Amino acid sequence: MRERLEALRKEAEVAIQAADDLEQLRDLRVQYLGKKGELTAVLRGMKDVSAEDRPVIGGLANEIRSQIENLLAEKETAEREAALEKRLAAEAIDVTLAARPQPLGGMHPITAVVEQIEDIFTGMGFVVAEGPEVETDRYNFEALNLPQDHPARDMQDSFYITPEILLRTHTSPVQVRTMEEKEGQVPVKIICPGKVYRRDDDDATHSHQFYQVEGLVVDRGIAMSELHGILAAFAEKMFGMALETRLRPSYFPFTEPSVEMDISCIKCSGKGCRMCKQTGWIEILGAGMVHPRVLEGAGYDSERYTGFAFGMGPDRIALLKYGIDDIRHLYTNDLKFLRQFQSV
Amino acid sequence: MLVSYRWLQKYVDLKETTPAQLAEALTRGGIEVDVIENRDGGVEKVIVGEVVGMEPHPDADKLRVCSVDVGTDELLQIVCGAANVAPGQKVPVAIHGAKLPGGIKIKKSKLRGVPSQGMICSAKELGLPEKLLPKEQQEGILVLPDEAGIGTDVKEILGLNDHVLELDLTPNRSDCLSMTGVAYEVAALLDREVSLPQSKEAATKGEKPLELVLDAEDDCPFYAAQVVEGLQVAPSPQWMQNILLASGIRPINNIVDITNYVMLEMGQPLHAFDYDQVTDGEIVVRRAHPGEQVVTLDGVTRACDAETLLITDGTQPIGIAGVMGGANSEVKETTTTLLLESAYFAPPSIRKAARKLGLRSEASSRFEKGVDPERIIPALNRAVELLGEYALGKPASNVKTQSLGGSNEVTVTLRHERLIGVLGVQIPEEAVQDIFRRLRFPMEKGDGVYHVQVPSRRPDISIEVDLIEEVARLYGYHRIPTTLPWGQQSPGVLTEEQRIRRIIRRTLQEVGLFEVLNYSLTSPARLSEVEFPLATGYRPIRLTMPMSDERKVLRTCLIPQLIETAEYNVHRREAGAQLFELGKIYLSDEKKLTQLPEERWELAGLITGETLAKHWDQEAQSPDFFSVKGILEHLFLRLGVKDVSMRSARYKGWHPGRTAEILLDGTPIGLLGQLHPQVEEAHDLGETYAFQVAVAPIITKVEGVIPTARPLPRYPAVTRDLALVVDQEVPVAQLEATIREIGADLVESVTLFDMFTGAQIGEGKKNIAYALNYRAEERTLTDDEVNLRHDEIVAQLSTRFDAKLRQ
Repeated sequence: MRERLEALRKEAEVAIQAADDLEQLRDLRVQYLGKKGELTAVLRGMKDVSAEDRPVIGGLANEIRSQIENLLAEKETAEREAALEKRLAAEAIDVTLAARPQPLGGMHPITAVVEQIEDIFTGMGFVVAEGPEVETDRYNFEALNLPQDHPARDMQDSFYITPEILLRTHTSPVQVRTMEEKEGQVPVKIICPGKVYRRDDDDATHSHQFYQVEGLVVDRGIAMSELHGILAAFAEKMFGMALETRLRPSYFPFTEPSVEMDISCIKCSGKGCRMCKQTGWIEILGAGMVHPRVLEGAGYDSERYTGFAFGMGPDRIALLKYGIDDIRHLYTNDLKFLRQFQSV
Repeated sequence: MLVSYRWLQKYVDLKETTPAQLAEALTRGGIEVDVIENRDGGVEKVIVGEVVGMEPHPDADKLRVCSVDVGTDELLQIVCGAANVAPGQKVPVAIHGAKLPGGIKIKKSKLRGVPSQGMICSAKELGLPEKLLPKEQQEGILVLPDEAGIGTDVKEILGLNDHVLELDLTPNRSDCLSMTGVAYEVAALLDREVSLPQSKEAATKGEKPLELVLDAEDDCPFYAAQVVEGLQVAPSPQWMQNILLASGIRPINNIVDITNYVMLEMGQPLHAFDYDQVTDGEIVVRRAHPGEQVVTLDGVTRACDAETLLITDGTQPIGIAGVMGGANSEVKETTTTLLLESAYFAPPSIRKAARKLGLRSEASSRFEKGVDPERIIPALNRAVELLGEYALGKPASNVKTQSLGGSNEVTVTLRHERLIGVLGVQIPEEAVQDIFRRLRFPMEKGDGVYHVQVPSRRPDISIEVDLIEEVARLYGYHRIPTTLPWGQQSPGVLTEEQRIRRIIRRTLQEVGLFEVLNYSLTSPARLSEVEFPLATGYRPIRLTMPMSDERKVLRTCLIPQLIETAEYNVHRREAGAQLFELGKIYLSDEKKLTQLPEERWELAGLITGETLAKHWDQEAQSPDFFSVKGILEHLFLRLGVKDVSMRSARYKGWHPGRTAEILLDGTPIGLLGQLHPQVEEAHDLGETYAFQVAVAPIITKVEGVIPTARPLPRYPAVTRDLALVVDQEVPVAQLEATIREIGADLVESVTLFDMFTGAQIGEGKKNIAYALNYRAEERTLTDDEVNLRHDEIVAQLSTRFDAKLRQ
């Protein structure tokens, strides 16, 4: 009996070592430890063993059983690991292969710039106002201190539909409309983005259609220093850098005094380069204190209230900010161009 | 306005101020200097020589061999090809080592075997503006005046040692359309002295008849004239020609040049009529009779209307006031007696006439902006003085004037406190007083106020803020600090519409579409290519004066330009295009607008060609109806807009079997479909899908909608499949509506997971398979409950659509 058990132990050891997959191990488990297995068969012969030998043989049999079980478990673990290794090796890929692209379009750079401008000004408490693109002569000109015979009307030859109706040449009419709606209430603090139209031949720096964002603040005690403060803060945020600003006198019929604001060149920081024509400065907007006639015309007492207005061209800002050399690119909608702005 | 630095120096002290510094000061002061041009163009070592001898070239018919005295010990031998060269002439000589504009260097050389020690130059070779040269200077060598001293640098003679500043004047600063005005401005900016020419009315013996009649009311309130006789027409002096050339005006003869010179100097345009052509010396200023014609100086017959202001001699027109003289009264070589006009013509009248006749002249551009009434007579006196000096003219009448009404002196009051309040900077009173002194505005100081007398040369100043601006620009804007507004603050926000438009843009960008911006103006032909039912019945709004046929009307639909954009890109080797535009269309049902049109925000998209390129493990993808419908549904889902449905539709330009109307709550809001193959073909496009929807109804749906959270399901769901056979024509949307209607509270979702046709189903039939998810909120559904409801659904589908259950 003892010999049979020892022989079984050896045989099982060899067989388990020799097994090379999980299936064989399963079979071996059945073969040795199963109900009809060899160890069970040996133990069935226990009845023939003498009573004093029985505990010894029993102990041996149990020892061999647990030994076989351990061997099987060890071998199974090893086999499982090997199989996993093998699978993982087989599953290896070239991680440098191109990805399957996910669709991604893009926003138009002008829209991107308009949104940036809106975000900066709403952050400073401005409300975004809109108005019609087809306007009356009154809102577009008359109410802005540009009567019929005003020489400044030449500056912006316009697309008329009837003698009284035209495509707006600036978004300033929205300022007048807003003031009229507010019926003398303050503060007025708006920006007006939108499309405007002028009779210009399309070339590298002109477009018959372009965008404008104008702004208006009316309240008690508004001074030119505040105009400068707001617009300087805007410029820094817009171009994302510390920069110098300067005001230069200019002329607009609807503001007095009128100024233009230059920023130190964003390319050369004021040292002088081609972009700033060696001047170190780049003009980015026009502004001024709202003309008393405009305030009065819209129902505001110009003695009690003052205000400032400003206007800028998102097209021009897009050209500057993104280094675009021809305004026509903005309206050609070439995908090779638009694709360059997917991240804006 | 072109300003010669050297000329300006005569009127204002420019000591120690370079042209560049002058330009900077002007720009900082509000008059932008666009360009500073150095007039000498790099000319060096070109001196005055006298041609003392001339012989034919031995080997060339057209060349001459000249001996030229340039003031050196020996005469220079110079070969010259110009036909006009002649002994006795003073000419510009580029001697050995000379430089000419464009980097040309002159050396001794041989021409056809004959040594030449330099070059006799033409005006063009010296860099003079070709367009402005008098005829006799356009060909051949430039002949200099006899007084030119031999050996003198020719730059001195021709005034090339000069810089010209090009001023970009804003419309309010017409005062700087003259050297006098610029001198005042510079004097104020730099705090310098001015010295201006003062001419008195010339005494006269002769009494030629001269009568003035003003018969045009406000259009001509003031007119002055004087007769000058004994004139001799000749070229004007070289210095005057130099100044005119520097100022961009072509020298013609002494008389015309003097009127132009005075205009540049004083800003007052003058006109010289041949006195002998003015009947009885009478001038009548009146508006034209309808249909009246005038032949102007340039020989063109101009038709006038009742608004055109004419100068007539009582019998016939002799000029269009302020715009151009008449051919019949033109100054000719033989003219000896002039009627010289100096007048005030009302700006609107001149602007209209100049625009209507397409004639913009130096004179009209000054009248258009209003000339200085105080300078009308001084300008006349100045011109008569110069005519005496350079054209032998003698006054033959006194200065006659005729005026309607007088000019008012303008006094404007500035409050110091207001000044500080508007500018936001503390300026001392002394500084303000000093600024008015520099401006030469007479001022009387009161208690905290300044009473300022505005000179007539500054018509742009009429109210207090105008003075505030004067103070600000002379004080310096760089001294205005930056502060931020205080007081009541309001929250800054986008409107709901703006916010939603942003979401729309972002969402479409994320699914692969590129935003484009097209022009609002387009052509009627382009618009009519594809029908858009929501704009049917509106005719595109036309411009009165379009710039081209391509930009003639306001768009009533966005899709045609998206097609154009796609075509453009496909022609540039793009494999496809996925585009959208969020913009307005403009609608009016009026034939002639009396009201503003409706401006509708619309969203349009177009997808054509490859949406994804072939990839190493994936085939190329292209759009079909359902992928584009998917984009729209994705957008509606993102916006939280429900109740959108589609029904098949047929419109011009669209594929008749693949086009749907988009409905929101049953009302059409747009169109989605494949373009008609003929349209696709016309634009070199493959299968192309497009859509356009109105934005306003979508926004109404979104506005104010805040999702309310529901509890998560606590009871299990039961899934049942439903396979049906129905007629092919039955739209599945109707089946689904019935399932949802009957399923009511128990059917959580309906998913179409299979659809096919084929012989096994039967001709004209289709097989539809749905997965229905049943769930109740408050309990676990029993099989019986589900079966009951499921059977009811099947029964209704059978009754309504003759749907057969497929086992």
